[in-house]
Amino acid sequence: MAGEAFTLIEGGRATPVEARLAEGRVRVAEADVERAFGWKLAPQGLCKGPVCVPVRDRAGLAAEGGVDLETLAETLGLPLALDREERVAVLGASSAERCGRLASLEAPDFELPDLAGRLHRLSDQRGKKVLLIAYASW
Amino acid sequence: MALDRSADDARPYVERAHPTHPTLVDPEHVVADLYGMINVPTVVWIDERGRIVRPNDAQFGTDTFTAFHGKKSAPFLAALRAWVRDGRGALADSDARAQQRLPSAEEQLARAHFTLAWHLHQRGRTEAAERHFLRAGELSPHDWTIRRGSMPIRGINPMGPQFFELYKEWEAAGKPGYPTQPLEGE
Repeated sequence: MAGEAFTLIEGGRATPVEARLAEGRVRVAEADVERAFGWKLAPQGLCKGPVCVPVRDRAGLAAEGGVDLETLAETLGLPLALDREERVAVLGASSAERCGRLASLEAPDFELPDLAGRLHRLSDQRGKKVLLIAYASW
Repeated sequence: MALDRSADDARPYVERAHPTHPTLVDPEHVVADLYGMINVPTVVWIDERGRIVRPNDAQFGTDTFTAFHGKKSAPFLAALRAWVRDGRGALADSDARAQQRLPSAEEQLARAHFTLAWHLHQRGRTEAAERHFLRAGELSPHDWTIRRGSMPIRGINPMGPQFFELYKEWEAAGKPGYPTQPLEGE
């Protein structure tokens, strides 16, 4: 069976890949999972940088057709929003990661554009007090 | 920082205010996710070392909507000036942590669905996007950045009947928000 065009999104980045859709499951080649999400299937488990997560059911996670996206997200404890018809999946951040980071009280760094499209980083303001205000027209 | 769908939504407000500080746009809710923001306005005090010394709080710079939400701007502005002047009002770490609202697994899944919805919307997949905006709202029913913030994107008036329905639902749930202590004079 030939692969179908599919988009994987993580950390604001969309990566086009090929996926195999069968029996309600979505499978993506290991190399594409690593390219899109940064997670690599290694002998010790799923690894990203210094972090490795053990994989209990390796056969369920990765078969000939590739890595099963839902099993991947479940193994990593990450939220996955998947739309099979639209051929898109978003891998989000876990509440454990967000809670841990907030509890550290280190203000999470970010980069966003101003109205003219020029990018600004929070960490550029280091050395000054910052009042971060979220507002909206709605 | 505007949690709006585009710079153009924020532009009229910014042009009228002529701010001297950077004013940013976050259509993908990157900062809302990183900081666990669920409504606007949300303010965060960050000190010179990049540490959060007052976490997410709903505070207003003017009294335009005081009749609606009952909150005055004066205590906040006084506290803010005192902090800027001499650092007063910065919370001890344990107090700052006690005032944080931490996101649940369902809320993080809601954010993933919001991201997916926004991606589909930008590609003209309006009906598919609607499914995921709704799913995000079901998973995180008291997140205004998702439920009210998606209204303009979905062609719904964010000041119209659906907003008032949402408000009633939120009121009936006990107005869930950030667990902050009142400022002096509040």
